[in-house]
Amino acid sequence: MTGDLDQEARRPSDIELGRRAFRRRQSTRSVLVSVASTIVFAVVVWLTIINTPGWARVQSTFFDPEVFVSALPRVWDGFLLNLRVLVFAVIGTAVFGLLIATLRTLRGAVFFPLRALAAGYTDLFRGLPLIIVLYLVGYGIPGLRFTEERIPAEVLGTIALVLTYSAYVSEVFRAGIEAVHPSQRLAARSLGLGHYKTLRLIVMPQAIRKVTPALMNDFVAMQKDVGLISVLGAVDAVRGAQIEVAASFDYTPYVVAGVLFVLLALPLIRLTDWYSAKLRAREQMGSIV
Amino acid sequence: MSAVLRLEDVHKSFGRTEVLRGISLEVAAHEVVVLIGASGSGKSTLLRTINLLEPIDDGRVWLGDRDISDPRVRADAVRSRIGIVFQHYNLFPHLSVLDNVTLALRHVQGVDRAAAEQRGLELLERIGLASFARVFPDRLSGGQQQRTAIVRAIATNPELLLLDEITSALDPELVGDVLALVRELADEGTTIVMATHEMAFAREVADRIVFLDSGVILEQGSPSEVFGAPREPRTREFLARFL
Ligand SMILES: Nc1ncnc2c1ncn2[C@@H]1O[C@H](COP(=O)(O)OP(=O)(O)OP(=O)(O)O)[C@@H](O)[C@H]1O
Ligand SMILES: [Mg+2]
Repeated sequence: MTGDLDQEARRPSDIELGRRAFRRRQSTRSVLVSVASTIVFAVVVWLTIINTPGWARVQSTFFDPEVFVSALPRVWDGFLLNLRVLVFAVIGTAVFGLLIATLRTLRGAVFFPLRALAAGYTDLFRGLPLIIVLYLVGYGIPGLRFTEERIPAEVLGTIALVLTYSAYVSEVFRAGIEAVHPSQRLAARSLGLGHYKTLRLIVMPQAIRKVTPALMNDFVAMQKDVGLISVLGAVDAVRGAQIEVAASFDYTPYVVAGVLFVLLALPLIRLTDWYSAKLRAREQMGSIV
Repeated sequence: MSAVLRLEDVHKSFGRTEVLRGISLEVAAHEVVVLIGASGSGKSTLLRTINLLEPIDDGRVWLGDRDISDPRVRADAVRSRIGIVFQHYNLFPHLSVLDNVTLALRHVQGVDRAAAEQRGLELLERIGLASFARVFPDRLSGGQQQRTAIVRAIATNPELLLLDEITSALDPELVGDVLALVRELADEGTTIVMATHEMAFAREVADRIVFLDSGVILEQGSPSEVFGAPREPRTREFLARFL
């Protein structure tokens, strides 16, 4: 602590000041170079596209500003449904995935059926395409007639998403659990903690920290796939766009939906990158987490 | 006085290699027993079997008047009566130093948080690390981490403390503080079984030296007997390496 203060009070040597000035000039230069090259690149791409023969037609059917504005309200309403589904699906997947991963760590003969069930589940749902799960859940569960009322399509869609994504996420959790060094488990057991408390207090917190970037990637993938619930008839952004397309004979509403999905993904993607970089930096500093 | 720990003809194999070949040992209350022996002689394995971290293949282990090698015994309950510290301190990196120390108090013994933290802070105070209570262990030096691991192991007042080469991963200048803490605990009457390669320290702190050779106790006695006048040629040969 006192070391830092001393350094602030000290005037750097001329050599160091020279080095700092040089570094500043270097970084200004590299910013200018990258801006210039980006502009050149963008202009080349732009000119190439607008000089293609079909550009005028594509522009009017995919990028029509008027259609864009008029489709926005309906697509936006649908998008809010996607957001709600995403929130529930993320929470459901985190909980269910963690549960499956935990089941797979259980030792002892009594738990064999649970272990086998969890293993079978992950194998099955990692192999099944989401779209098939959506149809099976969407038309299969209502067929069972659990309830008198109709189950809303978005609820069925959420269930299908949770079923599919939990299979991946539980594998990520399991990898994280296995990446926690055995000596940590040993140290916990040697203090008298049982299997479950060791898992909850020692192994899981470290495992989750290790796999957070991978989990966030899975959730980015999920935010795209929430658009698929439209196949069950839920009026989400994609379905909203479809309705608008049918009315205007113009594909711009799909672009509207696409833009909304990308805008949703961007912060999550940036957050994932930032967190991964932070973890990497900590690891390089020699800390264990 | 009855023994705190008694081993009767303990056998342990890993696959086809028999690592412990009939170990019998009795440790009285307040006694400090130091295990010495070449690398691979079975010191760590012995300590781990006492803490039920390794199941034994034959023989019996008594903690007080309880046969803890009985498979019906709850291992977690036994382990909470025995403290163990390993070569690599194995602090929990995601918990603060204080939470490391109070973990067993709170989650094994069910002591409430305030009382556990008071006890934890007293222990940290004692090793001069109270100001580090709220930071994560990676901020501590190796010696500080190992002393934290020791007080973590004794936080619940175990009847027996097992130490497995607790200084061999440390830089030489950090060893002193750790050994000083062990000496203090020994002086206070803690019952200790420790494996070490620090012969000078063993000589000073031990009530009894046990020389382990390929899974059997070849020789045991007071430090002056074993270090001063070893009876077995193998013991002499082993000790000669430390001169
Ligand atoms: N989990 C295990 N699986 C297989 N073999 C093991 C295992 N643990 C120990 N061994 C073997 O048992 C023997 C005794 O090992 P142990 O660690 O008890 O020796 P040690 O006296 O503590 O040695 P050191 O002084 O190097 O720590 C060694 O030959 C070792 O390879
Ligand atoms: Mg060892």
